[in-house]
Amino acid sequence: MDIHEYQAKELLSKFGVPIPRGGLAYSPEQATYRANEIGGATWVVKAQIHAGARGKAGGVKICRSDEEIWEAADSMLGKKLVTTQTGPQGKLVSRLYVEEGTNIDKEFYLSLTMDRGKERIAVVASAAGGMDIEEISASDPDSILTVVVDPAVGMQGFQAREIAFGLGIEPELVNKFERTILGCYRAFRDLDATMVEINPLVITKEGAVVALDAKMSFDDNALFRRPQISELRDKSQEDSRETYASDRGLSYVGLEGDIGCIVNGAGLAMATLDMIKVSGGEPANFLDIGGGASPERVQKSFRAVLRDGNVKAVLVNVFAGINRCDWVAKGVVLAIEELEIKIPVIVRLAGTNVDEGRKIISESGLNLLTAESLRDAAEKAVAAAKQTPAAA
Amino acid sequence: MAIFINEHTKILIQGFTGRIGTFHAQEMIDYGTNVVGGVTPGKGGTEHLGRPVFNTVKGAVAETGAEASIVFVPPPFAADAIMEAADAGIKFCTCITDGIPAQDMIRVKRYMRRYKKENRMRLAGPNCAGTISPGRAMLGIMPGHIYAQGRVGVIGRSGTLGYEAAEQLKALGLGISTSVGIGGDPINGASFKDILEEFENDPETDVVLMIGEIGGPQEAEAATYARDHMKKPVVAYIAGLSAPKGRRMGHAGAIVTSYGEAAAEKVEILKAAGVTIAPTPSDMGSTVAEVVSKLKSAA
Repeated sequence: MDIHEYQAKELLSKFGVPIPRGGLAYSPEQATYRANEIGGATWVVKAQIHAGARGKAGGVKICRSDEEIWEAADSMLGKKLVTTQTGPQGKLVSRLYVEEGTNIDKEFYLSLTMDRGKERIAVVASAAGGMDIEEISASDPDSILTVVVDPAVGMQGFQAREIAFGLGIEPELVNKFERTILGCYRAFRDLDATMVEINPLVITKEGAVVALDAKMSFDDNALFRRPQISELRDKSQEDSRETYASDRGLSYVGLEGDIGCIVNGAGLAMATLDMIKVSGGEPANFLDIGGGASPERVQKSFRAVLRDGNVKAVLVNVFAGINRCDWVAKGVVLAIEELEIKIPVIVRLAGTNVDEGRKIISESGLNLLTAESLRDAAEKAVAAAKQTPAAA
Repeated sequence: MAIFINEHTKILIQGFTGRIGTFHAQEMIDYGTNVVGGVTPGKGGTEHLGRPVFNTVKGAVAETGAEASIVFVPPPFAADAIMEAADAGIKFCTCITDGIPAQDMIRVKRYMRRYKKENRMRLAGPNCAGTISPGRAMLGIMPGHIYAQGRVGVIGRSGTLGYEAAEQLKALGLGISTSVGIGGDPINGASFKDILEEFENDPETDVVLMIGEIGGPQEAEAATYARDHMKKPVVAYIAGLSAPKGRRMGHAGAIVTSYGEAAAEKVEILKAAGVTIAPTPSDMGSTVAEVVSKLKSAA
């Protein structure tokens, strides 16, 4: 789960990470009010979306007067901001964060991630702040410092100091850097994060260490024990198709094609998308129906898939292990009847009670095609989608 | 011989008396698996499915001599159950549970390092369908009847995609020595490489099929191992060729975040290491069959 910059900053500041003074605004009036509250002569108005690269896309503006703040806020609010990380459809800006201006002297990159190879939390830093980590690893890989944390004892002060000295921080600022890095680590550990990124972490001309931007992501599997994090979810930043499905316990990822997919198991679902591509089609979604493809879940899945207006055919691929194909087939027939589905539906069943399942499908009298194998199913779905007129 | 489990392996069910544990324990018993008992804290001394229930894994191991276990414990308590098994001297453990926090798994992996390598439990999973040595023992939730006994070793992250492979192999007259699910989580027990090592040393396995997916460095590590240390041929299929970068495809670990984690990149790395690639999921069985027939004609 992702959160906004201002939320990440609030969380991190509780762990001793220094952040600039700032406030949230939902309107241009509020934005100017916040700026006056903060005081000073320069402010930064920042669009709050779940994606980076906002600056180049016009989502971060430096302002020197009330009028400039009003104009910046007005130009961002209610609009979709398209950055290199949002995809072409962009993300809706409904919140702004107004911050005091900072006199930047030096910029650094700092992030904490799950290192899957080492199976530990890794801290990554570079003196090439402001660029994203892919750019840094391409242009200046030697500037990247990495420290891996032993989970038995947690991150130690010397490890944070090694990073600070490695970055060439002046000795009198090393303690501030150490506290910041350790604060990020404790936030990561205590809140079950999967990523903390501060880019840039800056030293100001006044000699302060400040997290100028902050990004955090969290482990969905740990949300059961982090209710204060679950509350930070902002559904307006998600694909509405995905929100609908995830609210119903389905694992769904929206894609750009026209063949809707309903599959049991994440691996088989990915393989089904691959097979559609190989057969010359484009999948509209990834959907893992999960364990026990009950008639209710099948029906929910159809509803989720058909919310996407681009879908011209639906491919159901279920390999019944614990459950039985005849039960799944009944669910499919029921869903098609109740939802009055008109577009072609291709059903491939395998596993337990497969013959009984296929019989139910073929005798249903509905617009249903059965397929023997995954390849057969994908080819039939691609052919069906091509024959279905657009906006069916 | 197969790997990890056979008809003699004494098996313990952790989370024995729950609804899911009960259902699958019965399926495993019906398959002929040597289930010697189960663990549910607080229900020790009772009997379930005709087998004794214990309060602790240590107690169960002392009484029954159990060597392997399967974990059906819910996500908040699953890491604890795995560590309990490791401490009780269980040799092989598979964890079915989906939804364990990644930091819990980091702790599990760290905890297991306390034991010397020769005493260290082998963990497969979590978030997998389990392990089966067809015709001998089933330590999992898979439909046992789709697996034929034979000489192909299978390693996969996904459950149902593994079923797909088993069915394709069976249709071509090929059977499986052992199929090991290593699960779809970002931090998991045994890696592809760990299982390849087992199959390389198993006299009843001739060829290995590994079914990978997007995300993480384990397929690349396996490629290096296959190139440098294996005499047996390896076939691989990598799911997620059409997955967009940065999106999580169902499995907690199925997400591309850096170079080498996309399916196409993994395919290139495996190919370069001499691994035979099944180009589509429908070609897993036929690609293994080709490799097997080459082996036969070479012999």
